[in-house]
Amino acid sequence: MDLFEYQARDLFAKHDVPVLAGEVIDTPEAARAATERLGGKSVVKAQVKVGGRGKAGGVKLAATPDEAVARATDILGMDIKGHTVHKVMIAETAPEIVEEYYVSFLLDRANRTFLSIASVEGGMDIEEVAATRPEAVAKTPIDANEGVTPAKAREIVEAANFPAEVADKVADVLVTLWKTFVAEDALLVEVNPLAKVASGDVIALDGKVSLDENAEFRQPEHEALQDKASANPLEAAAKEKNLNYVKLDGEVGIIGNGAGLVMSTLDVVAYAGEAHGGVKPANFLDIGGGASAAVMANGLEIILGDPDVKSVFVNVFGGITACDEVANGIVQALQLLADRGEEVTKPLVVRLDGNNAELGRKILSDANHPLVQRVDTMDGAADKAAELAAAK
Amino acid sequence: MAIFLNKDSKVIVQGMTGATGMKHTKLMLADGTNIVGGVNPRKAGTSVDIDGNEIPVFGTVAEAMEKTGANVSVLFVPPAFAKAAVVEAIDAEIPLAVVITEGIAVHDSAAFYAYAVEKGDKTRIIGPNCPGLISPGQSNAGIIPGDITKPGRIGLVSKSGTLTYQMMYELRDIGFSSAVGIGGDPVIGTTHIDALAAFEADPDTDLIVMIGEIGGDAEERAAAYIKDNVTKPVVGYVAGFTAPEGKTMGHAGAIVSGSSGTAAAKKEALEAAGVKVGKTPTETAKLARAVLAG
Repeated sequence: MDLFEYQARDLFAKHDVPVLAGEVIDTPEAARAATERLGGKSVVKAQVKVGGRGKAGGVKLAATPDEAVARATDILGMDIKGHTVHKVMIAETAPEIVEEYYVSFLLDRANRTFLSIASVEGGMDIEEVAATRPEAVAKTPIDANEGVTPAKAREIVEAANFPAEVADKVADVLVTLWKTFVAEDALLVEVNPLAKVASGDVIALDGKVSLDENAEFRQPEHEALQDKASANPLEAAAKEKNLNYVKLDGEVGIIGNGAGLVMSTLDVVAYAGEAHGGVKPANFLDIGGGASAAVMANGLEIILGDPDVKSVFVNVFGGITACDEVANGIVQALQLLADRGEEVTKPLVVRLDGNNAELGRKILSDANHPLVQRVDTMDGAADKAAELAAAK
Repeated sequence: MAIFLNKDSKVIVQGMTGATGMKHTKLMLADGTNIVGGVNPRKAGTSVDIDGNEIPVFGTVAEAMEKTGANVSVLFVPPAFAKAAVVEAIDAEIPLAVVITEGIAVHDSAAFYAYAVEKGDKTRIIGPNCPGLISPGQSNAGIIPGDITKPGRIGLVSKSGTLTYQMMYELRDIGFSSAVGIGGDPVIGTTHIDALAAFEADPDTDLIVMIGEIGGDAEERAAAYIKDNVTKPVVGYVAGFTAPEGKTMGHAGAIVSGSSGTAAAKKEALEAAGVKVGKTPTETAKLARAVLAG
């Protein structure tokens, strides 16, 4: 889960990374009081999870509380690279910046460890710096169990050639930033720029944090950081039901079991769709291992509620999941929707294989629902689902 | 032969006495797995009757190993306790720890992987978030259904559980030496490369099927490894061509970040290494058949 800048700022502050004062607001009028609290001037910063907001006009100085209201009015509702601005941060204006640096900690999947990236050339896209001037970027592996001790922080500072006069201060920031990374179960903590200001202090002026959703069991406060306002309504509804769902832009609704099989199902449908007017998968939905009839019904309800969906492909290979349970789920879900008076008009193609497949197929045949058809191979069923979506 | 697991493997189950642990211990026993014990400190000294098999429960992995000669542990421990359980297995120096648990925090898996390395790499970790591995007709350590296929000469390594089952089903008449589900998390113990190396060395494996998916660069690195080190034919499949950038697709590790981790790049790298890559699981199985038919 990627956080907004203001959320990153709050987490940095919580773990003693030096930051400027700031608060988030969602109405222009609130900019006045927030700016007054900062002594009468502020920086109004659009909160969007995408880079390049400064160039897009999403960061403005306000010399007075009135100006802050005017700038917040301009920025709230603005579209930045497809992201609507719902919130702005009213931040303390930065003291005079002398230099801009870059520091981050992240997961290094390839080496199955953590990595520090540091550069004295901050303020711009680090991937660009790494591509054009790789010698300006220091990458230091971090042992997951030893972490970033003051000695390790010193090693990073030296590897990146930080100037001697800021070395101690940057090392301190690295230790507190690592503390944030571990305490918050982050996958990424990035400060860009880490600014050296006229007084000689170093301050985190902007930051990115990405959190590990698998750690929610010990991070109860992280749930409140979710951006529910921008979530797709279907994704939000699926999440409420503990379903693993991602909305896509095609026409064939997909339900399957197991992340790999569902990803594969999307590809196979897109591939089959090439012969049927280019129809594509409408979503990813993994009902998981051991999925019960109730879970199947919940999933089907979400998919059938998607106006973009023209046909549905249920693709299940029963490993732990029993196909008879899946078949019952389909029959029950259709019954449930009928009982609620919601007319189901979209055709369903069902492919069942594996554990209790014969039984599952029999349940579907016996139910003999006019909208449900069985195709017993994955490629054949994908083709049929694509054909039905294209015909609608 | 087979890799990592065979008829002589003595298996213990950490988390056996929980509902999931019990269910799958029963299934593993039905597949002929030699399950010699469970581990639960609160139930040490007791035993559990599973379909007429009296399975003793030990307080620690070390004790279970000492009393039974166990050399494989399968872990069904909930995410909050998984790190401590894997660390215990590493401390006991059990040769193989199969971590089935889904939803382990990355800081925990990175920590136990680093710990295993620091302790001299005496414990091979498979997973987490994996279905385990099966050497059909010999032993089954995990949750892969034992009745899909029979013993044979194909080796399979996959990030995905259900795609493992699908592929075993597609090629069920030919059969498998071993099928290894390495898991879909960002940090995993055993990689495609480890399994490829073991299959290359296994005299009972003639062909290797490798299944990958979006996220990270494990498939690209496996491709480079195949080019330089694998003489046996390899057939591949990659899932996730239609996955959008920046969205996690079910598995915690299945995410395209910017331009990295795409299915297209993985397919290209594998093909450049001489691997035949199928467009669908069924087509991949056909490619495998064609290669075996010579």
